[in-house]
Formats: sequence, C-alpha cells, structure tokens
Amino acid sequence: MRRTINLKKGLNLRMTGGVDTPSEVSQVLPGSVAIVPDDFPGFRPKLDVAEGDSVCIGSPLMHDKEHPEIRLVSPVAGTVSHIVRGARRKIERVEITPTADGAGKSMKTPVSSSREAIVNALAASGLWAMMRQRPYDIVPDTAVSPRDIFVTALDTAPLAADLELGVKDKINELKAGVKALASLTSGHIYIGIGAGSALPDIDGAEMVEFNRLHPAGNAGVQAANIAPVNKGEIIWVLDIVTLCKIGHLMLNGEYDPKVYVAVTGSEVKTPCIISTIAGAHLSDILTGNVDNDGRTHRIISGNVLTGIPVGADGYLRYPYRQVTVIPEGDDADEFMGWASLSPSKMSESRSFLGKLLGRRFNPDARLNGGRRAMIMSGIYDDYLPMDILPEYLIKAILAKDIDNMEALGIYEIAPEDIALAEYADPSKLELQRIVRQGLDYMRSEV
Amino acid sequence: MKSLKRYLDRVKPNFEPGGKLQSLQSVYDGFETFLFTPNTTSRPGAVNVHDALDSKRIMIIVVLALMPCLLFGMYNTGYQNWLAAGATEFPFWQLMAYGFLAVIPRILVAYVVGLGIEFAVAQWRHEEIQEGFLVTGILIPLICPVETPLWMLAVATAFSVIFVKEVFGGTGYNVFNVALVTRAFLFFAYPAQMSGDKVFVSTDSILGLGHDLPDSFTGATPLGQIASFAGDKLELLNLRGDVISTWDAFLGLIPGSFGETSTLCILIGAVILLATGIASWRIMLSVIAGGLIMGWIANVFETPTYPASFLSPVDQLLFGGFAFAAVFMATDPVTAARTGVGKYVYGLLVGVMAVLIRTYNNGYPEGAMLAVLLANALAPLIDYCVVQANVSRRRKRLRERAGA
Repeated sequence: MRRTINLKKGLNLRMTGGVDTPSEVSQVLPGSVAIVPDDFPGFRPKLDVAEGDSVCIGSPLMHDKEHPEIRLVSPVAGTVSHIVRGARRKIERVEITPTADGAGKSMKTPVSSSREAIVNALAASGLWAMMRQRPYDIVPDTAVSPRDIFVTALDTAPLAADLELGVKDKINELKAGVKALASLTSGHIYIGIGAGSALPDIDGAEMVEFNRLHPAGNAGVQAANIAPVNKGEIIWVLDIVTLCKIGHLMLNGEYDPKVYVAVTGSEVKTPCIISTIAGAHLSDILTGNVDNDGRTHRIISGNVLTGIPVGADGYLRYPYRQVTVIPEGDDADEFMGWASLSPSKMSESRSFLGKLLGRRFNPDARLNGGRRAMIMSGIYDDYLPMDILPEYLIKAILAKDIDNMEALGIYEIAPEDIALAEYADPSKLELQRIVRQGLDYMRSEV
Repeated sequence: MKSLKRYLDRVKPNFEPGGKLQSLQSVYDGFETFLFTPNTTSRPGAVNVHDALDSKRIMIIVVLALMPCLLFGMYNTGYQNWLAAGATEFPFWQLMAYGFLAVIPRILVAYVVGLGIEFAVAQWRHEEIQEGFLVTGILIPLICPVETPLWMLAVATAFSVIFVKEVFGGTGYNVFNVALVTRAFLFFAYPAQMSGDKVFVSTDSILGLGHDLPDSFTGATPLGQIASFAGDKLELLNLRGDVISTWDAFLGLIPGSFGETSTLCILIGAVILLATGIASWRIMLSVIAGGLIMGWIANVFETPTYPASFLSPVDQLLFGGFAFAAVFMATDPVTAARTGVGKYVYGLLVGVMAVLIRTYNNGYPEGAMLAVLLANALAPLIDYCVVQANVSRRRKRLRERAGA
C-alpha cells in the first residue's frame, strides 16, 4: 500500500491556456541555447570556455569556484557564440550556437558503482547542479551525505504539464537513477507522486501519493510533510525528470539534454507540449504561436508563480519545463479597479464574482494594488501546507533575526513554497524575494 | 474616463519632485491610485500574477458593511429627539434628515482631521497614502455619542491618529484600534461632558428640523440606567417612560452611541464581512461566545449590588456597544490576534471582559470599549504563546531525532 498524504492548504489557480496531454509531441531544434548560472543558487561560476570554442553535448561550460568538480555543461554540440556579462563582470549567460544539423557527439562519462565515481559523474555531467539542498535551496555540497533524498514526480504549478510525461516509459532509467542516489545517502529515497499515478514501485524508493493541490508538487513541501528538515540536517530534492537523466547517465554514460516543455498561457494560440533542448531560445519555441492581439505580452520561462519574465528574446530557464505567455497589463488603465464587480477578475476573495462563478481567468501581470504593510492576518497560512507560521517567519526575516528565523523553520522552506501566499497577499509583498534574502543571509551568517 | 486619465497625466508633472506642487505628491498619488488601478506590473523574481484583492477593496468593503449602521443611526437620532419631545408621529424622512444633519459635521471633522494628518505624514515619509483611515474615519462618529462637541472630536481624532497610529509607523503597525482610542480619549479626557445622561440624545433642533428640548432634559441609555439603578426589580425605560422590550433593543430604537444601537444593522454588516471573508469569523464567534458565557455566569449569581447582573445573557449582547465591538472593533486584523488559535482566545477575552467590566464595575456602564483595548494590548502575548507552541514542536522534533 502506498502512503497517501492529503494536503488541505493550497490552491490550483484557475487559468486559461492549459494544455491537455497530447497525442503527439513536436520536436523543436533551437537556433541558439544558453545556460544561465543564476538558475543554480549557490553555484559561483568560473568559465571553462571562451567565445568561439567548439563544444559537444556534455562539455563543461562553467565550474563552481569552491567545488570545481561541479559543472554546468553544454546541452548541444556547437560553438560558444557569446558570453554575456553583467555589472562587475558577473557571468549572466553562456550562449551556444548548435551545429546546423543539430546532431553532435556526446561526451562520454565512464561510471562505476562506487560513491565517489557516481558523485564525480553527476557533478561532471551537470546533473548535480540540478539537485537542490534544504536548507537554503542551493546546489548541494559534494562532500555531504544527505539524511534523505526527495524526488517529486508531480508538477502542480499553474498550467503545468504532467511531469511524468517524459519518464513513464523509462522505468529502467528510473531504477538506475534510484540505485545511484541510494549510494549517496544512508537514509531513504522518497518519490512523491500524484494521486492515481500509474508509476510502478521502484526498488529502493518509497512512493508517497499526494493530492494534486498546489504546492503539493514542490519537493520541499513533500519533504516537510514526510520528514521535515531539522536544524543541522541536510536533505536533497530533485524532480523525476532529473532522476531519469541520472539513470540515463548511469546506463549510457552520457547527459541527456532533451526536455519536454509545456507552452501555455492565455496569450498562446494553441497550448502544446514540445520536445526541445535545455536552455533553448524562446523565439524558436514560440514562433507563430503567440496571439497577435496588439497587447504587450509577458513571456515567462516557467510558471506564473515562480517563472522568470524573460521576454521574447529570452531563453528557456531551469527547470526547463514550461513557458507561459500572459498579457503584461501595463497598457490597461482601469477606472477604480478596486471597486470592480467584473466576473473576470481572478481572486480568491469571495468579494469578487469570479470566485463564486468558478470560471477560468486570463490574469495579467499587474500588482492590482499598492504595496502595504502586512494588514490582513491568516492569508499566508491558507497557502502553505507546512507546519510553519509564515507571517512570523517573514517578519523574522525582515528583522534579520537569526534566532527566530531558525526557530520558525527557515531551514524547511524555499522561495517557491511561499509563492502562492505571495500571489494571494493583498499587501502585495514580495515574499519569495524576502525568503531568498533570508536564506542567503542565514547562509552567510551561520 | 479617458479624458479624466488624460487630465491626471497632464497635471502629474506638477506633483513630481521639482514640480511646483511637489509637496502634494502623496495626495496626488492617493487620488490617482484611487481613480485608476496602477498598472505597475510585478518585478522579475516575484510572482507574475497577483490576486485582484487589495487593501483599498478590503477597506471599502468594511465601510460598506458599516452603512446600515450609519443609516439606522440617522433614523434613530431623529427618533430619539422626536420621542423625547413627546411626539406621537414619526415622519420617516424628517427623522432621517435630522439625523443626517446631526451626524454629517462629525463625519466631516473625523475625515478632515484624520486624513489631513495621514496625508501630511505620507508626504513627510514619501510614502503612498494608506487606506486605513477610510474605515477609522467612519467608525469614529459611529461609536461616539451624537452630542459630542466637534472640537473634542477633532482633538481626540488627532491624538489617536498621531499617537496611536503614526508614531508606530502607520496602518498595519498600530497596537491599539485607532477609533477606539479616540473614544477612550474622549471618555477619559472629558468625563464630565462625555458620560452621564445628556450626550446620547440630540436635544436641539437643526436648521428648523426637530425639537428643542428643555435644558433640564436627561435621557439615560439602558446601561446608564442600570449603572445607577437601586432596588430589586430592574426595568429599563425609554425616553417617554415606556419599558424597553428586547425587540426595541434588537432593532436599536434606544438611546446610545450613534451607530451602535441597532443589533439588526450590525448583523447585516456582519453578514457582509463574513460573506466576503474580510473579517475573521473566529473572532466574531468567540467574542459572542465569551459574552454569553460571562453574561450567563453574572445572571446566575444575580445581586442588587451589581444591577447589570439582572440582564439575561442575550440582553448583554443587545445593549450598549457589545455587538458593534464584536463585529467591527474586535475583528480589526491589525490590532487583533493574528494566529488561528490566538483569534479564539482573543475573542473570548474580549467577550468575557466586556460583560465583566460592565457588570462588576458600576463606574463604567459600558465595558466593550475597554475590553477590546485590553485585548489589543494582550493580543501580541496571545500570539507569542501560539508561536512558541510551533517553535517548541520544532525543537521537540529535533530532540527526538537526536535521541533516535
């Protein structure tokens, strides 16, 4: 019998532009790809390539300053076309132009079954950087053995596609992945799956079912409800797609850069799922599929809660799962919007008609109000299914009160877990940013 | 609307730094964001969509929920004046007009003084104007006796906006309910004028409407009569000398503070607040439970020493400011307890204390105001206990792991 956990707190945003499970998935070969080191918190990049270098799939592009064995690798074979730097020469991204036919050889990484060999293979293949550690939501340290490892096979984010889509017929890879992870921890490996999932049991891992209510798909939320992180403990989290790639690496000795991406949102003509390469340029993915209705669009790499608005000229950002296009809304001048009786306003408040009608919405990116102090109480609590008092944790972070942050559970939380509360907050506070700053502050002080 | 927007955009440069009206920038911003929802969009790193609910809407819904009380207050003010003059007919529109004329200067004074201070402070801090006073400004005239002198109202409002709200940092940071401190300030600073039998009934004609009552007129509220009661059979009388029925008290046709008398209208407000989910049902429920429990205890041990103990628990809810405090005062999210469990404790405390004070302290005929202020002061402590429970749960988990 699989363990089932039903989370009561949370919310599935009712938005238009969702995608059905498709019968066929089209391939998109991007004209350019980019790897952005900022997508990997805790990773301090140092370049391994220069502009003009040719690379193949799996060649190192950057390594970490403190742990040089951890690398970010090229998802394609081609030429490094640009290294974009920001203020103080910070590396913003490394752009690569793939070879014309899109083919190319992969770098082979020989893998044996010792712990050290597996760690080195994962770190060198770039897959290590796709795991996250709690506390702090950062790329894990290679020298540490985690208490447990949590794999989520569930994406509950708004408009997200089924995360099992690309992995359900790759059971051998999953098994090999679990076997590799098992050699990295003395604890358990948990796989959090959606209720009713057809995924078979995998040796060495415990399958735990979750109801499909966002944020139940966040690995950190699953961990908090299975075995929460305590002070001094370290757990790792990853998604099942990464697990599958780890298995692929173990079986074939190469990094698999292919990803399934859901193209969603109210401004997309036909929401669909495509198969492409990690870090693909968005213009290749979106060509001809964005509504030409004269509105400004917000093109988000990711979902509407945690995704990054990158614009039409942006690249697919980690975790390489979803692209969402919604109206920006900066062209709207709405007369007394706070008094609106319109049923097309997306809100969880019963003071709006739309909530009562149960329809789907196409919200834009406006804040819908001014930033205020925390006035209403209890709103954050409804959207965080963890044993944490979010208002008090946020206040402790704002006050930079380390003792209280620790006592109130900052080790258990990641910015993505608080995103729903940020959506619902009538005071429009940037809770994800606050949590991220709190985590960074803790890490620098402790 | 387009032309209004164009006009706003045209005059905007005047209010920006360097413009000739830059000292009014906050005021301009306040009006602009009130008229047109700002089209600021979220920054990278924040969520890309936001719920449509904002603090403007929250405050306006509370103001809407107060409207039945305000309208009934107008009617009742006229009704009491007519009744005191011995009238037998009560022309509806004349009563309403009389009440309107009686209350409108008070609403204006509260808003002008309060918003004036808010605007000035917002400009001084270079912040947006916050909406909190929209609610406070209508609450103040509703919880004060109708004959409160305007200058006292102005002084009290200024005191509480500055010393209860702004010095703590503005809306969202205050410890005490601003409107209630205004009321408490009046009560303690001007006891001679603010208590007793004169202030609760409007005794003069206004612009030819209504009746001039003789100077010797006294019209005690039910709770005032109870406080000065001596004897063994409690009977509450209205201004004409008839007995007040429970139905009168429920409808609110009794002397009292302007907007607090009608339990019916307060219930309508409560329905609005609960249906929209703006106010906490936990707090409302537990305040009423606390009042009923304490009212029942007092009633079981009834004694002529404390005449309010003759009231049934239900009467305790109907008279005075209890119901109003339960629905509109105790539920102020900023000054109430913020944790789920804390809200029950906080509400019970308000309910029990309100009845306890009014029953066992004859010096204060009404206890709801003091009860809410006391609970405001204790709310952080209540929350602290709830938060500590969460903290010790986490600590216990750690100890168990270490032991295992």
